[in-house]
Amino acid sequence: MRYLFFLVLVLTSLATNAQPAKAALQQSITRGKIVYNQVCISCHQADGGGVPNMNPPLIKSKWVDGDKKVLINILLNGFSEKVAIDGDYYSNNMPAQSQLTDQQIADVLTYIRNSFENKASAILPQNVKTCRKK
Amino acid sequence: MKIIKPFACLFFVLIWLNAFAQTGSKSSIADGNNAGLILPKSFAAIKLADNIGKSRHIAVTPQGDIYVKQLVANGSKGILLLREEKGTGRAAIIKSFGDYGGTGIAIKNGYLYASSDVDIYRYKLDDKGIVIDPEHPEKIVNGLLERHEHESKSIVLDDDGYIYTNIGAYSNSCQERDRVKGSPGMKPCPILDSAGGIWRFKADLPNQTYANGTRYATGLRNVVGLDWNKTTNSLFVMMHGRDQLHDLFPQYYDEKQSAELPAETMYELHNGSNCGWPYMYYDQQKHQKILAPEYGGDGVKQGGENAQDPVAAFPGHLAPNGLLFYTGTMFPEKYRNGAFIAFHGSWNRAPEKQKGFLVAFVPLKNGKPSGDWEIFADNFAGTNDITSPRQAAHRPCGLAQGPDGALYVSDDVKGAIYKIIYTGK
Repeated sequence: MRYLFFLVLVLTSLATNAQPAKAALQQSITRGKIVYNQVCISCHQADGGGVPNMNPPLIKSKWVDGDKKVLINILLNGFSEKVAIDGDYYSNNMPAQSQLTDQQIADVLTYIRNSFENKASAILPQNVKTCRKK
Repeated sequence: MKIIKPFACLFFVLIWLNAFAQTGSKSSIADGNNAGLILPKSFAAIKLADNIGKSRHIAVTPQGDIYVKQLVANGSKGILLLREEKGTGRAAIIKSFGDYGGTGIAIKNGYLYASSDVDIYRYKLDDKGIVIDPEHPEKIVNGLLERHEHESKSIVLDDDGYIYTNIGAYSNSCQERDRVKGSPGMKPCPILDSAGGIWRFKADLPNQTYANGTRYATGLRNVVGLDWNKTTNSLFVMMHGRDQLHDLFPQYYDEKQSAELPAETMYELHNGSNCGWPYMYYDQQKHQKILAPEYGGDGVKQGGENAQDPVAAFPGHLAPNGLLFYTGTMFPEKYRNGAFIAFHGSWNRAPEKQKGFLVAFVPLKNGKPSGDWEIFADNFAGTNDITSPRQAAHRPCGLAQGPDGALYVSDDVKGAIYKIIYTGK
């Protein structure tokens, strides 16, 4: 029921506020790029290509444009499991970035979900807040 | 006819490609293209193989065959044996075996030694340098620490029956939380008990573990390139310096400083050597040991009072993955007993351009530099304009010397094997 309510809310806001929503998305992407260049760029590189065998690429990655919670939790908690990403293994650990604010995490994730050949919905500060509480 | 047409087209394309391939391979010896490499005058290079898989370290037998350690086993192809087909400039894979990926490979006293990221194996060779029983190697060492970061195990042997392996620190600078901004450095660094150094084992004793080995040298963040220097009868290693000075300490380092610092360092090691990681790093511009910022440093304060000085220092982040002391006679006198270093190429210089992707040379006399280092072979990447490491076509990783004194270089992007010779012309 809560989801239905949320859906109706989203649809209504889309119908009535399409232009402002688009502008908000663009602003989040712009802010996210600044965060990316400060925090992420040295490992994941300017083109999101990562470093072969070392740091995974963010390009067309289902880790990036997939489940929001998975992605948010990688930023909040870091990631050190050895898993294959498109058949390749990456050795460096992802450090937790929990020092960033909810807004910064939302912005940087929205930026990568809309860059490097990814196309996925925005992540909002309240999404981050929910994950951080757990 | 409609069906035949595409086939006919394909047929002619194949003939054309075949002709191209043949002229390509024949001319690769003579056409002066040097497989795309830039070399000093009177040297030539050929690409013996390409696309054989991510090729880490290599070892050449007295007969001139090439053992290649593959990063990924892909079934039972963890080690490839290549043989040069004389006069063609190409080498063919004549054997593949080993169900483990890894980095280290070496030949000593009639055995081939190879490592995964956890274990070291050896295989008896016949009098032609061919592995006799590829399915049943002896496990010499097992259970070495592997925690993803700096996991590769390089190996080298001395003349006294010992094998040495790098156990890289699973950390950048021994922070409580690796690479997390603001997380302090641990003192003493607990990683150093079981990693961050070189361990020594007996070369002929099966099933050794940490308990059988000696921590030969400590304070080494990560070593990939290492070699035994016969003129000094001692172990030399190339250390990968720490990353991310600007990311973690923007108050002390701007992006440019962070791209150049710290040095990649060459050390001569003896039993008990300490090279100072994580408490310090070496600044090649000031020629000083600097206190690491995780331990109270600010980019100026000196540190590493108990740590030894490097033999040579190179620009930051170039990633020295191969080290070879040249003992051959093919190359001119200048190269004798000097060091070739395969630089894998950087990733930690962003937003500056990435650098490296080359083989360097430093002349040495009795294990001490007798001149400045220089670029020996360049342009493995195919371009100087690398902003992201994946743009590099090839990345040098392993080095080996052939029986005639030729220099071999492996690449671990798609797997090329280069042979560099002196032509005198």
